[in-house]
Amino acid sequence: MHKKPFDFWNNAVALAAFCAFVFLYLPIVTLILFSFNSNNVTKLPLTGWTLDWYAKALTNSDLLTALWNSIIVAIATVFICLVIGVPTAFALDRFQFPGKNLFRRLVLLPITLPGIITGVSILSFFSMVNIPLSLWTVIVGHGTAFTAIVVTSLFARLQRFDRRLEEASADAGAQPWQTFLYITLPNIRTALIGSGLICFTLSFDEIPVTFFLTGRDNTLPMYIWSVVRRGITPEINAIGTIIIITSIVIIFFSILMINDDSNPKK
Amino acid sequence: MRKNRIAFLSVISGPVLWWSLVLLVPYLIMFTLSFYTRKFPSHIPDLHFGNYAILLADPQYVVVFIRTIKVAFFVSITSFLLSFPLAYFLARKVRSKRIQLMLYVATIIPLWVSYLLRAYTWKTILGSEGVLNSFLIWTGIIKAPVSFFLYNQVAMIITMSYIFMPFMMMPIYASLEKIPDNLINASKDLGASRLTSFLRITLPLSMPGILAGFTFTFCMASGDFISPVLVGGPYSNMIANVVTSQFGLAMNWPLGSAISVILLAIVIIVISISDRFENTGRVNLG
Repeated sequence: MHKKPFDFWNNAVALAAFCAFVFLYLPIVTLILFSFNSNNVTKLPLTGWTLDWYAKALTNSDLLTALWNSIIVAIATVFICLVIGVPTAFALDRFQFPGKNLFRRLVLLPITLPGIITGVSILSFFSMVNIPLSLWTVIVGHGTAFTAIVVTSLFARLQRFDRRLEEASADAGAQPWQTFLYITLPNIRTALIGSGLICFTLSFDEIPVTFFLTGRDNTLPMYIWSVVRRGITPEINAIGTIIIITSIVIIFFSILMINDDSNPKK
Repeated sequence: MRKNRIAFLSVISGPVLWWSLVLLVPYLIMFTLSFYTRKFPSHIPDLHFGNYAILLADPQYVVVFIRTIKVAFFVSITSFLLSFPLAYFLARKVRSKRIQLMLYVATIIPLWVSYLLRAYTWKTILGSEGVLNSFLIWTGIIKAPVSFFLYNQVAMIITMSYIFMPFMMMPIYASLEKIPDNLINASKDLGASRLTSFLRITLPLSMPGILAGFTFTFCMASGDFISPVLVGGPYSNMIANVVTSQFGLAMNWPLGSAISVILLAIVIIVISISDRFENTGRVNLG
């Protein structure tokens, strides 16, 4: 047996990859670390373990109101994204129609564009037709910004879906709604849940659209934004840790759902 | 055939109505507004190019446009330098499919995790009372805190590269992963050195992904207004910051709309250019 010679390039690539990975996670670790540190300035060395920042955050009534608003907005956003996104994806997958390419591009535009454009354009619209800003307008904005996520992941799933299953079901005498309920839906279910969860977390964190469309009500990110512009407080680290951990868990499951390959087209 | 048409109409009418109301009409209104005249406290209908003329002539706006393009460009380069080795390592060096998938998911999870909090964390890291300074003092590398980490364009580029790096990573990984091993092996069998097969096979075949990555990162970075405020300091206003102030305190919606239209145009041009080059390597959400 001879040892493999030291391979410079392979090691260099591995090292660079490792550094990039550290770069991705070090800030997240820092945020979490200082949410448990007793010093009210985020500096090293650490001064001791505490849960005070969590206690402070969770008794802050402005913050809790904002949190509640964000939850309502996120749930309503998921609802819009599914109600609009599902038929859009079906139309793109199953029908040929004039202007289809243009329609597809238009629908996908909001995830490629910076959120600020969605925010500004919808704000102009609402002000022109005299609709006052409120959480409702925020919900419409989020729905516009994120529906494309449901469309793309559902469209990808529909493309892999074997439509002969639907034909077989129709041949066997099933009504269209039965075919949809018992054949189509089970096949696209995980894509719907997965993309719905992503819409939830994105709406929950959204700033650029909310910034323009919110009235007097604050969402959680808008509240955090108003605080961090003024300065740094570990209270934000505490609430941030809760948000980040929850998002990581939700996102992890949604990615698994969207990539679910239990029904691949053969 | 008729049944098909009814099915089609029932599926398409809702979405078409919705997308027209929230996307098409607002874009048109924004476009129209950009030709209006500002009249305190609001604006009056008009049709002139004065707002665009201001943007092209007034140096304070020209500077902002150039800065935005410059920052977005450097953010794309930095994200590329960080993402490519990572994507290459995951796609070509990790042999176990399971570990590959796990690491890939771990790299793109930060993409969906609170953008605001990730920008905020860099403020706590780079500040003069921050983590980096106190670390350097603690370990004795410097004596007194230095202030040049935060509130400049470098801080902004680091923060935005961090925020948008997964947008670069995803399409590059997708294109690298698709390259068949056979091609690389064949080139080696034919006597190509490793550098040659990388330059003549791997790199050209991953170009669509690299282009898509640059497009996404550039577009996202050019519309950011959070990082400039949090870590950018006094000379860091970007296009998006001007838009927020025109729609906010400055109360000049027509000018703000004109800037948004230009931003929209820049982004659409960048997207169409990269569309011409490729159709693969699109961002895949999972």
